[in-house]
Amino acid sequence: MQKEEHPLKKVCIICAKGTIEDVYATLVLGNGAVMEGIETKLFFTFFGLDAITKKQMNSLKTGTVGNPAMRMPGGLPFPTILGILPGVEAGVSAMMKSQMVKLDIPPVSEFLEMIEAGGGEIYACKLAMDMFKLKKEDLWHGVKDVLTVGQFYEMCGGLQTQIIFT
Amino acid sequence: MSQKVIAGITLDVNEEGYLTNPAQWTREIAKEIAREEGIDLTDKHFLVLDFIRDRQQKGEMLTIRSVGNSGITDIKGFYQLFPGAPMKKAAKIAGITKPASCV
Repeated sequence: MQKEEHPLKKVCIICAKGTIEDVYATLVLGNGAVMEGIETKLFFTFFGLDAITKKQMNSLKTGTVGNPAMRMPGGLPFPTILGILPGVEAGVSAMMKSQMVKLDIPPVSEFLEMIEAGGGEIYACKLAMDMFKLKKEDLWHGVKDVLTVGQFYEMCGGLQTQIIFT
Repeated sequence: MSQKVIAGITLDVNEEGYLTNPAQWTREIAKEIAREEGIDLTDKHFLVLDFIRDRQQKGEMLTIRSVGNSGITDIKGFYQLFPGAPMKKAAKIAGITKPASCV
């Protein structure tokens, strides 16, 4: 029997965290979907809003505390107690970013531009905006709309659609 | 490996229809593959195709961003030239292997 294939038609990706790695997981998945010709909607909520907030978007950080997968260059363990020292978080974040530059991974704002250029859509969560006292004008210019959870679900309908929570 | 006759020439292709030997590529072949993808190639298309062929030949990473920074077209324009999945389509038409990059 022939296996039936049902290629993805639409992906809705939710980003709720604001660290470099959480935001880039969303951006890589989103841009990758756009590049495949899949309809793509990105939804930023809670701390994920930093990724689309003009003031924060290009200075995201990687958390250096409580991450057991974090290692020193060379592979030695990275003691959590080091992560609390001033400057360590900034240093680690700078190192992450320099590694990404080598792989032609752009800064957040440019990555969003790329997704938008391919027809992907970017949305913000209304509830989280209210919580953080953010206004539409605080957000990156390409944010299409501020949505309630109900409005988000309305645009996630249809066969061969997936909701992804990064 | 399978073979396919395009523009009167027998070519080595993989199961997805990508040429496995970029040296077999000609502009006529490009036009023929593009027609199958529903694209009528213009001079602008060929500039992009030459760019990505050149880049892959040099062993440089082929990303959508690199095309956007090529000076030939921006990313939006690239999506318009090769609608749907531009990087994959352009690679197929350019007669090179499918790009293995995630960006």
